[in-house]
Amino acid sequence: MSTLVYTESPFDAKDAVYDLVLPAGDGWMHEIRKGQHFRIVDIDGNQAADTLFYNANDFRDRYCAQRTIREQAAIYLTTGSRLMSSRGSLLMTIVADTCGRHDTLGGACAAESNQVRYSLDKRWMHSCRDTFLLQVLRWGRGASKADITHNINFFMNVPVTPEGGLSFEDGVSAGGRYVEMRAEMDVVALISNCPQLNNPCNAYNPTPVRLLIWNHV
Amino acid sequence: MSNIPILHEEHLPGGGLWSCILRRRVSLRITDIEGGANVGLMVYNAHCPSDRLNLPDTLKAQYTARLTRGHVLMSDMGRAMLSITADECGWHDPLGGHGDARLVEQKYGKRNYQTAGNQWFRNARDNFLIELGKHGLGEKDLVANLNLFSRLSVDPEGRLVFCPGNSQPGASVELRAEIHVLVVLNTCQHPLDPSQEYDPKPVKLALLDTPPAAPDDLCRKLRGENERAFALSELYFAGA
Repeated sequence: MSTLVYTESPFDAKDAVYDLVLPAGDGWMHEIRKGQHFRIVDIDGNQAADTLFYNANDFRDRYCAQRTIREQAAIYLTTGSRLMSSRGSLLMTIVADTCGRHDTLGGACAAESNQVRYSLDKRWMHSCRDTFLLQVLRWGRGASKADITHNINFFMNVPVTPEGGLSFEDGVSAGGRYVEMRAEMDVVALISNCPQLNNPCNAYNPTPVRLLIWNHV
Repeated sequence: MSNIPILHEEHLPGGGLWSCILRRRVSLRITDIEGGANVGLMVYNAHCPSDRLNLPDTLKAQYTARLTRGHVLMSDMGRAMLSITADECGWHDPLGGHGDARLVEQKYGKRNYQTAGNQWFRNARDNFLIELGKHGLGEKDLVANLNLFSRLSVDPEGRLVFCPGNSQPGASVELRAEIHVLVVLNTCQHPLDPSQEYDPKPVKLALLDTPPAAPDDLCRKLRGENERAFALSELYFAGA
């Protein structure tokens, strides 16, 4: 287990311009303007907030997990991580993190990947990618399944071993832990608050997350 | 391998770009001629390209962050797309992604076609986009890719390091199509290759008319997850 570094934010929830509790299984798609700070709070602990970001002006320019890990030459996200787009733009910078490590390799659960991972009869169960799909189709403006790419799993712990193994470990998060980012350009955030009931990533108990936005002063 | 009919063979220079539809059950053999090659690879369902290689799904289903013989490349619809049926290299990188024009210029400088002709510096992102465009696809279709013949190691802190010498001269890998797929690839250097020189290596490509995966096929039987991905690929053809 690597060293986890915790960084707190000076921002107070009472000053937020946006404050929403997103239940597990729900989606959220929302614009965050350049300079605003965006916080996701893991209210009860070990919840996964599956998250994507897009350049608000052109969705073809979108969060790119491979570029993000390549440019920081490290696979975990934490304070200081620069979330990069497919065209090399800086979308967000993580400025505070009381969890210490977030995953961007594991992707989002899907009805079909649940069939592969657990059982062919799981297709009907709710999943992050079904949530993502409904959100982008509702967003309109030409957005479609092709806009759903490889996401960040805030509060999830997916270690890679030197031998190339991949595991899903108990979370390093806990109730009240949060991650906060500064928008470096106008972005659209897409979140699925993970409804997964087939694996212990959330102790089989999906819980709400809180989403807060501050105008930087 | 010598008894398997070869449908087509082709030499692809370093920095090159290529795409091809593979009918279900055809295999693509890629040979690293000189050693040290890198092949950036993307895979799409030929009939429905929004169904495409999904590396996170592929890795988590098989509990691996490297790919080799026995592993299956899976689509976001849970289908087995390509099975790695033979591998003389042992480690293919699913983490590093692809470089772009800016990265190539930062690392190697600028060499354009006007001054250098076919010795110009090409980059993986533009090569992917060109080949995608030929099939009516575009920037939104370019997602996380695999880098054949390359290896990154991850230390306990999560730091990525490129491992030189991962692939020896003559090493080959064979990928068998489990549904009809579009394969898009290029031979640009790995984006984390620390070499100061622009020196992408050539590969040999061969299409082989291989038999379908047997009930006891290694890739099918590697794990229950793989069996279920094969079942979803077979279901896709059940009513076709």
